[in-house]
Formats: sequence, structure tokens, C-alpha cells
Amino acid sequence: MTNRATWFRIAYTAMAGIVILTGILVSNAYHLQLLTFIGINTLLALGLNMLMGYAGQISLGHAAFYGIGAYTTAILTVHYGISPWMALPAAILIAMAVAYIVGVPTLKLSGYYLGMGTLGFGMIVHILFREWSSVTGGASGFIGIPPLELGPISFTSGRNYFYLVWALVLLSIIICQRIIDSRIGRGLRAIHDGEKAAKAVGVNTSALKLQVFVLSAALSALAGFLYAHLVYFISPGTFDFITSIRMVTMVVIGGMASIWGALLGASLLTLLPEWLHSFSEFEMVVYGLVLMTVMIFLPQGLTRGLMDLYERSKKSQT
Amino acid sequence: MQEILQYLFSGITSGAIYAVIAVGFSMLYNSTELINFAHGEFVMLGALSMVTLSGPLGLPLIPAFLVSVIGVACLGMLFERLAIRTVRHPNPIVLIIITVGASIFLKGVGMLVWGKNAHTIPPFTDHPPLDIAGAKLLFQSIWIVVIVLLMAAGLHLFYKKSLTGKAMEACAISQKAAWLVGIPSKFMTLLAFGLSTGMGAVAGVIIAPITMSSYDMGTMLGLKGFCAAMLGGLGSLWGSLIGGLLLGVLEALGVGLVSSGLKDAIAFLLLLFILYVRPGGIISSANVERF
Amino acid sequence: MSDQKKAKPDNRPLLEVSAVSKSFGGVHAVRDVSFSLIPGTITGLIGPNGAGKTTLFNLITGVFPANRGQITFDGTATHKFRINDLVSRGIARTFQNVELFESMTVLENILVGQHTRTRCGIWGSIFRFPWVRREERQARENAMTLLTSVGIDAYADQPSGDLPFGWQRLLELARALAAQPKLLLLDEPAAGLNITETAQLGELIQKIQQQGITILLVEHDMSLTMTVSDKIIVLDQGQKIAEGLPREVQENEAVVKAYLGTTEN
Repeated sequence: MTNRATWFRIAYTAMAGIVILTGILVSNAYHLQLLTFIGINTLLALGLNMLMGYAGQISLGHAAFYGIGAYTTAILTVHYGISPWMALPAAILIAMAVAYIVGVPTLKLSGYYLGMGTLGFGMIVHILFREWSSVTGGASGFIGIPPLELGPISFTSGRNYFYLVWALVLLSIIICQRIIDSRIGRGLRAIHDGEKAAKAVGVNTSALKLQVFVLSAALSALAGFLYAHLVYFISPGTFDFITSIRMVTMVVIGGMASIWGALLGASLLTLLPEWLHSFSEFEMVVYGLVLMTVMIFLPQGLTRGLMDLYERSKKSQT
Repeated sequence: MQEILQYLFSGITSGAIYAVIAVGFSMLYNSTELINFAHGEFVMLGALSMVTLSGPLGLPLIPAFLVSVIGVACLGMLFERLAIRTVRHPNPIVLIIITVGASIFLKGVGMLVWGKNAHTIPPFTDHPPLDIAGAKLLFQSIWIVVIVLLMAAGLHLFYKKSLTGKAMEACAISQKAAWLVGIPSKFMTLLAFGLSTGMGAVAGVIIAPITMSSYDMGTMLGLKGFCAAMLGGLGSLWGSLIGGLLLGVLEALGVGLVSSGLKDAIAFLLLLFILYVRPGGIISSANVERF
Repeated sequence: MSDQKKAKPDNRPLLEVSAVSKSFGGVHAVRDVSFSLIPGTITGLIGPNGAGKTTLFNLITGVFPANRGQITFDGTATHKFRINDLVSRGIARTFQNVELFESMTVLENILVGQHTRTRCGIWGSIFRFPWVRREERQARENAMTLLTSVGIDAYADQPSGDLPFGWQRLLELARALAAQPKLLLLDEPAAGLNITETAQLGELIQKIQQQGITILLVEHDMSLTMTVSDKIIVLDQGQKIAEGLPREVQENEAVVKAYLGTTEN
């Protein structure tokens, strides 16, 4: 087994252990909910990371898929009385279908135009959530989303939901890692390194970009589903341009092309508003500064930046 | 009929605003191949500076105008020096995120300095709205259109007649060739940022009398200005003017005739249409002439 | 390598370029060029800079379509296929400036080269079916064999960007071979190599030919080209001005004129 595979197994097992222990040891409801949000954000970051970090495409409108997941389950469970467990595959499939339809023309664009195209798409979906009041409840939002239950287990308690979300996060991490380590993952990385050369060795770049775009939409929709059944109320404001930017920030700061980077970025970004709570007026200023500074000096993100520092310190010791 | 005329008037007014913001985007892209996602925030800073300078600080109109614009332009150049030039590996993703970060940062600063309230200032001249065939046209709207046209003419002359302007255009066409003939491309980029953000500030100043200016006004304006620039053909002066006007009028007609909720959607639908169907913009069939 | 790779006693052309023209705006990069490649041969494509050699490569590999004329590969017209489809059909190339996948190791570069000869898709990678694991194992073995045959197997797990330049070229060549092509297009493979490396490259090219692969070679190094090529085609300003055995072409007046003033060895 290669070095990298071993490291991954160790890190993954450690993470699973931490998750289990955290669920047992933490009893404060507020803290548990915060940690659950970190999990939901990690799903968002994971999906976008596959698209941005590995395939090298940018999306400034990914909150749309987050919202499609949330609104689909809200509409199906509240207006049609469908069980949430049936609404879950529906939410994911609808997000994937939308991603496919939008992806075909949009992924043909590149650079700034791709950013703008995804931004435009995200804005349109947001406006749809806001204006289609008869279906989505409009600007005032959607209340009454039912809690999840599975037989005798009710997911209303903080601890149960925490475990549910993190189990899905751990599952998603395995899925993403397997894709990265496969022929498909290598194809994606080839596109990232040089699309011209990737085509020249036979990689079907448009098909792969589309596939990873659809995958990232699926993960975002899953996050949306989990969010809706956690807080029982959703509104368009949660799925706007700012949220899309937050998603990009998580990926970028944590480190693109790194699963652990997605986790780090999600954690930092969920906790930042908490730390700045007393200085909430400074949130935007700090946020913007952090984003700029990391991109200027550590465009690889914190994970790679820290790893580089570690490598350099090791070299100077020998 | 009178209704349509009214929509047209308000469409031309907002169209002129989108036009001048679009010109700012186009002109920066033309000179540097960069897109500044924070452009809208420079519009906001122009508007709010104008509010402070002509309001509490009591400066007369023209000095306040000039100080706002020059101040914001200097800020724009500072931004280029600190945040753009220092980037070691400039690629679109990195630059997009830096300018997005800058936009958030400037919005935060705006909020700290001016609070969350909206501000306004009196129009440039004390003239009642004109009545044309039953539709009302604010006098400030005329100021807006006139100033935008003057700026466009000035910019056109700058590129065609002045040495600096021609140098800037040369840089846009080929940085290497420009460097070989001794044009300082780094300085040109700095200047381009200054001009572009300055124009953004002008946009802010001239709409301050007819809008409620607040720290978050920049985001939508910037995005729509960009849509207008793409509509007309990114990098083209007249394209940006046409695109802005077209967007403004289509928006006003859409709001008036269809529904007000769709107002914002129009810009983005047009953007997607242009990106998918004709990325060169609507005038791309003709020779896309640079400024 | 499978049986079909051994040299066929088949004189039907593998590649036919018929009256192909390509212009960009007002620039006529390729003008009415025609030639054929017999399977198992090495053809050298030479000409002064700007003669249209790289454009011709791009036309053959499907980067853009010709304005006029037709290109037929293995009996089928190529214009309806995309670049990656042509790779599946058996055309592979290297680039003038080495274009490796720098975030990946040497071995991974070869594995990507095998992209068209492997099948695992997204579902396969998620579930890791037995056939997927077998395919991955086989692919890695094939990749190591290929690396050994060009001599850089010791560096399999190094980041590809860390290799010295000469070996990067070898890696790119091996990566193109990983696609099991019938036709291999080499774009100035000797550029930047010293005399020893160039000679080794020449031997390698001949070894590749012995496996039945047809080669089209653009090269400025005349001694290499003249040594390995069975036939030479000369381009100048987009037009073919000569075609024939190396000896014949060297003595051709038009060719000498075209090169007058340049210092080739």
C-alpha cells in the first residue's frame, strides 16, 4: 500500500473516532448543533472541492443546489405529505438533473466566463426561490418542515442528528477519495493540470467536467436536505450569492484538491462568526481580508500551506 | 402610451447608470484582461463619499464630486498595488476570489463607516421634473445621461488621441510588445485601475441624488453593470453604453409590463443568453472595435 | 502488445491527407497539402519555422477542422471526431513544449495515458468492483513495463515536474505510447536534448517502429531525422515542396533554397 493510502486510512480512522467520541462527550445542545452545522458545511465544501480543486472549474452559484435540496424536501414533505426518506432521493436527483441541464452549456465556458455563468445561474435560482411564492413561500420562507424519524429513532435530539450528519459526511469522504484515486480522478486532475494535454491523451474532458459538476450538485443537495430537517424552516436568504461565496471560501481557504482541506475550511468558516460574535460588525471586514490574504500568499490554501511548512521544517532538521 | 414612455424614461436613467458601470468593467478588461468583482463597491464608495462630503462636511457640489472621484480612484490604485500586483500566480480563479474578497472587505468598511442606514443627497440642480407627453422625467436623469456621454466621449478621445491612452491600448493588445517598445505595463495597469474605479465613483456620485445609498448597494449594481458590459461586448466602449441602455430599458419594461419581482432576473437571464449564444456581445457581428 | 501491433504486410495507407488547407484569418498556414503514410513507416516532416508543421499536426489530431480537403485515418474520415475520440481510434501525439501533468507522479502520467484503454467510470471507482481492481492492477503493471522500456522506472513515484528535462521528454513519449496508438505524432522530440540523448531517442524511435507503430516526426535536428526516417516530406510556407527518400530530399534544389540562410546542422 502506498504511503498516501496509509496516511488516508490513519486520518480517516482518527476522524471517525473523534466523531464518535464528540457525540458522546459533548452534551451542550448549542455546541452539538454548531458541530452539526460544520458537518453540513463539510458536505458543501466536499462537493465544490471536487469541482474546483480537482477538475479546476469554478462555480460562483453553487448555493443554488444547496437550496434545491432544501426546497425540494420542504415542498414534498409539507405540501405532498411524502416521507422525508423518499424526499431525499428526489431532492438529490432533481439537483443532479438541474446540474446536468445547466452544466452542458455552462461548462463549455472557461475562466471568468465560467464564473459569471455559474453566478448568473445561482442568482436566477435564488430569485426563483424568492418570487415563486405559491410553491416556495416566497421571501418569508417555508415553515413546518417535519423532523426526521426512522422507526423508534427520532432525529430531533441534537446528538442523533449530529451522528446522522457526520455518518453521511464520512460516507461522502470515502466516495470522494475513491473517485480521486481512480481512473476518473486522474482524468480530473489531468484536466486541472492542462486541458489541452488531457484531451490529447484521450480524456473526454467535457463529459468528466459534467460528471463532477453533477456529483457536486448531489452533495450540495444532500446538505440542503439535512439543513431543512434540522432547522425546520428555510428562506431564500440562506441560498443567495453570499452563501455561494462562503462555499467557495471554505474550499479555497481549506485548500483545493484536498479532502481534509474541505473539512478544515468548513470548520473555520462555521466557527468564524462565532468567534467574531462580539465584533459582529467586523465580520465582513475580517472575512474579506482573510479571503484576500490567503489567496495572495497561500493560494494553495491552508492545508497545503501548513504541509509545506512542515516539509520545510523537516528538511532543515536533517 | 404614457405608461410606456414613463417606463422608457426610468429605463434610460437606470440604463445610463448601468452603462457607466459597464464602461468601467470593459475598460479595465480592455487594458488588463482582468475583471474586478469589487467594481460595484467602488460605485458605493463614490456615492457615500459624496453624501458625506456634500452633506455633513458641507462642501459645494463640484469640489465634493471631484474629491469623491479622485479619492476613490486613489483607493482603486492602492487596491491594485496591494492586492493584484502582489499575486504570485495570477490565474482567473485566484483573481476572481481576490476581487470577491475585496468586495466583501469594502462592503464591511462601508458598513463600519456609514452604518446600515440609507442616505441621500439633494439633486444637483433644483429643477422640477420635466413633463413630456404626460410622463415625468427627473432633471437629475438628464444630468446623469449628459455626464455619462461626456465621460464616454472623454474616454474615446483619451484612447484615440493621447499618448497614454494609446499606450494603454497597446498594453492590452500585447503586453510583451508594449514592454519591448518601452511602455511601463505595470504603471499602465495601475492607471487602468485608477480610471476604472474612478468611473465607478462617478456612477455612484451621479445616482446618489436619486437613490437611497447604503453600504450594500454596490453588489447588485456591479453585477448588473457586468451583465450590461457582456451584453454589449466586453471591452468595447460603445458596446457597454448600448448594453447598459438596453438592460435598463428592458428591466423597466419588464417591471412595468410583467412583474416587479423579475427585475433582477432579467439581467442574469440576458447574461446567460449572451454567454451561451454570443459571448462576444450583441455587437460582435460587427468588427469588435476596441476603445 | 497484441498481435495487431506487428508490422502488417499491408500497403494500404494508415493516414491519408488529401488537398488539405487551413487558414487563420488571412494567414494560410497549410495550403493544399497531400501525402499518405504507409503503416509501420517513419516519416519525417521538415521545413523552416512557420512552414505549417504544427498546424498539420493539429489538423491530424483533431484540434481544429481543415478549411478544405480531407484527412482519412485507418479508412475513416477524421473530421467528425473530437480529439479524445481520435486517441481511442489510435492517434497519439507529443507536444513541442513538454506538457506533463505536473500535479501527478511519473506513474500517474502513464496511467492517464492509458485512459482510452481502460474503462472504469464513476460508479466503478466508487464501488471498486473486482473487475475494476483487476483493471487498475493491470494498468499499473503495464505502466511500469512502459517506464522500464524507456528507462525511467526508478522514478515512478516522483512528481513528474521534478524530472530532468530529458527524462520529461521520455515520459511524455511513454505516455503517448500508453495509449497503444497505431499512429504516433512526435512534435520536435529532440528539442533541448544533447547529442547522447538525441542518439538514444533515435534508437527508441526505431524500437517503437519495430512494434508496428507508424510514426510522423517533426524535427529540426537533421541528423536524427535523416537517420530514422524512411521518407521525408518538406513543407515551406504551408505547401509541400518535396517528398521522397532522405537522400533525394537533401539534394533537392527547392529544399535547399527554402533553408537558405538558416543554420541547421
